[in-house]
Amino acid sequence: MLTNTVTRRDFIKIGGFSSIGLTLGFYTPAGAKENSIELLTKESAETLGVELNAWVSIDTTGKVTLMNHRSEMGQGSYQTVPQIIAEELEVNLDQVQILFAPGNGAKYGSQLTGGSSTVRGAYKHLMKVGASAREMLIEAAANKWAVSKTDCYAENGFVIHRASGKKFGFGELVQEASKLQPPKDVKLKEAKNYKVIRQSLPRQDTPLKTNGTAIFGLDKKLPGMLYAVVERNPRFAGKIKSFDDTETKKVPGVRHVIPVKMSVFASLREGVAVVADTLWAATQGRKALKVEWDDAGFEHLNTEQLFTRMRDDLKKPGLSQRTGGNADAVFAKAEKKVEAVYETPYESHSCMEPLNCIAHFKGDSCDIWGPIQAPDWIQSLLTGLIGLPPEKINVNMTFLGGGFGRKAFMDYPHEAAVISKEINAPVQVVWTREDDMTQGPFRPGAVYECKAGLSKQGNIQSFQAKIAAQNMNHQWRGADKSSFNDSTVEGLPEGYFESINHYSFSDIPTESPIPVMWWRSVYSSTNGFAYESFIDELSREAGQDPLDFRRKYLGSERYQALIDTLEQKSNWKARGKNEGWGVAITECFKTTVGEIVKVSRNADGKIKIDKVIAVMDCGWHVNPDIVKGQVEGSIIMALGAAIKHETHFTDGKAVERNFDSYKMPRINEIPEIEVYIMDNEEKPGGVGEPGLPPFSPALTNAIFDLTGKRIRKLPFNINEI
Amino acid sequence: MATYTLNINKKTHTIEADPKMPLLWAIRDIVGLTGTKYGCGIAQCGACTVHLNGNPVRSCSLPVSVAANKEITTIEGLSENNTHVVQLAWIKEQVPQCGYCQSGQIMAASAMLKKNSTPTDADIDAAMQGHICRCGTYPRIRKAIKTASQLITQKASIK
Repeated sequence: MLTNTVTRRDFIKIGGFSSIGLTLGFYTPAGAKENSIELLTKESAETLGVELNAWVSIDTTGKVTLMNHRSEMGQGSYQTVPQIIAEELEVNLDQVQILFAPGNGAKYGSQLTGGSSTVRGAYKHLMKVGASAREMLIEAAANKWAVSKTDCYAENGFVIHRASGKKFGFGELVQEASKLQPPKDVKLKEAKNYKVIRQSLPRQDTPLKTNGTAIFGLDKKLPGMLYAVVERNPRFAGKIKSFDDTETKKVPGVRHVIPVKMSVFASLREGVAVVADTLWAATQGRKALKVEWDDAGFEHLNTEQLFTRMRDDLKKPGLSQRTGGNADAVFAKAEKKVEAVYETPYESHSCMEPLNCIAHFKGDSCDIWGPIQAPDWIQSLLTGLIGLPPEKINVNMTFLGGGFGRKAFMDYPHEAAVISKEINAPVQVVWTREDDMTQGPFRPGAVYECKAGLSKQGNIQSFQAKIAAQNMNHQWRGADKSSFNDSTVEGLPEGYFESINHYSFSDIPTESPIPVMWWRSVYSSTNGFAYESFIDELSREAGQDPLDFRRKYLGSERYQALIDTLEQKSNWKARGKNEGWGVAITECFKTTVGEIVKVSRNADGKIKIDKVIAVMDCGWHVNPDIVKGQVEGSIIMALGAAIKHETHFTDGKAVERNFDSYKMPRINEIPEIEVYIMDNEEKPGGVGEPGLPPFSPALTNAIFDLTGKRIRKLPFNINEI
Repeated sequence: MATYTLNINKKTHTIEADPKMPLLWAIRDIVGLTGTKYGCGIAQCGACTVHLNGNPVRSCSLPVSVAANKEITTIEGLSENNTHVVQLAWIKEQVPQCGYCQSGQIMAASAMLKKNSTPTDADIDAAMQGHICRCGTYPRIRKAIKTASQLITQKASIK
């Protein structure tokens, strides 16, 4: 583990193309099933005319290079992807070098790091490529020794002959192995034989992140690189009327002042770029700039108008995503009717590394460097904007100082590419914290209307939810705005659909020029609050214990095991008198998480969060310590969105501009957190996001338990309850 | 523009800069040490923390003119080989996720431990609450500071 970024030229060199070694990749042949792969060697790739994606490369010195095809934004792909390959390849992780794959969707498959999909999308392919390389090395050794393959095994970078104890290092075998055909069907290890997977091996990126050597986007520098900052219209969808750069051009170091547009879904946001020798000079030049904005042709909304609009929208018939039975009729006749409205705010992603991107347009090609969640998307976007074919747009990866969905959006690479093309020089566009926090896209605000019919015995007979919120998919040019939101049921465990016969989930897409985008755990981050608050309200209306109530509806063995663990780890039945305990269970990206929050009042009467107990069932997983870290972090991010911060709008502009007004949770506000992972070999679910949605409802359910006060709107001031 | 002498990590750098330029940009863009990070520019997040004569300061809000001729330590100068007790503790407890804020967190923790090698939870709160971690590594930061404290005690007892 040495290099954290690689240029295309280095990549070809290291990837083994110019040296003799064993290189193995895989591809999905045209017309094949989505999930089937064929292995690729240097030879077969050439014959097929496919680019070889070198997931595994071993050179003659035995150096092993493994590829991480996804972004490393904190969630641990830099460790997890190689850890999967290393298991089957039989190498030790400290012997390998890890590379970030450059953007190339044709070569690596989807590279969008989103939807907590890295492991669950590719784990079998990664194991197969590791196992195949191992089998080829074993076969090469067996041939050399003139023994049977079955008498040999691989361990720790060596192939060993069982009877004699003779061994070859992988490097001594790669020449022979590279001439062999990859095995047709390779058997993957059973979980009980794992040596690397399921181990909390220390992350290979940790040492780089404790001594300042990890290179994030903002740290990357190219020779002759200039810096750009952009004064953008503070109103969403706003344009420029005119600008005066007389004073800007007097600032020493300022080289260019140019108008620039960036694509924000179907519209363009306009601004003026100040390009200078140093970032400091560019920011000083920007301060001296005078711009007159054109704000005609779109609404200048404020927060109150937005939420009034959403509440009004709830009166309209919804676009239906999922229905079962006849919920309306059952609700009408129900013994007991329960109805509640929940509201969740707009939020900023506020990654610690503000947005930035380097572009170097060179006429017939363009190099991009930056903290990027979807390098292959950037190739597609820039093709149209700078007139180069995607394969001439080299998207290079750095570490990301946070992503959370924001860095899958492509406005900032757009700016960098068009500025570089215009000035014909390498340039880094840097967003200030204020730019980052005010320009969006944001997590959409939402209003939920939930209603349910209960029987005399307190059983749920019907469950209905209607969401009024901006539909993220409706923002793209040409989007069909009559289409329903396909995420209205996200967050609610699937088990409820098996145990409740009558249900309906629908949405009303609220119109607004505010750009909105995925925010860690996406719709589950807000749906989870509404649905799991409402389930809790139903349990109270039914006069039943909230955990037992959920147990009745989540019948499968997996759910029951998770609930058992929650009950046992929290000692649920032993609640003290002056304590409030709340539970919530949500499902997100194929992973179920239950969280229990314990609250009490401190000496001055304020609510104190004493403890959070989280149980995650993500099925098959790789590195338990990384999983736990992701759940801890998700809980703390959810804590911020529940009680600390919210983005407001006034007159079409975002109000909160920096951390002095958009308040983050601090170390002194963090409760004790315990995380448990269910041990099973079920299909892997997501890890980076699903820990987030249950926290806020578990917290407000706990506060209800303690105080009898039901909180239906986030964020709320915990000191005023 | 004026000429300044910056003593960073025991090396002397003579630079030309606007006196109002924050130390952060002199360190990052002129001297070329990128371990110190820009997070907010208004001394709210702590990502830019360096030591000035041994004290933690927010380099994003400190004009370069004020830092001239003083002893500046950045994350790169904390140890030669990732062996400062705080770095060892951060690795042991697997603190970083994205890692962007961690240089600042480590500089704050190391400055605190130098003055108080056995901090209480309240001491840790006081020293660290100016630092934001969006990934939420706070529980591990607290744990790592306690681990570092133990390492210091162990070293002292060996001596």
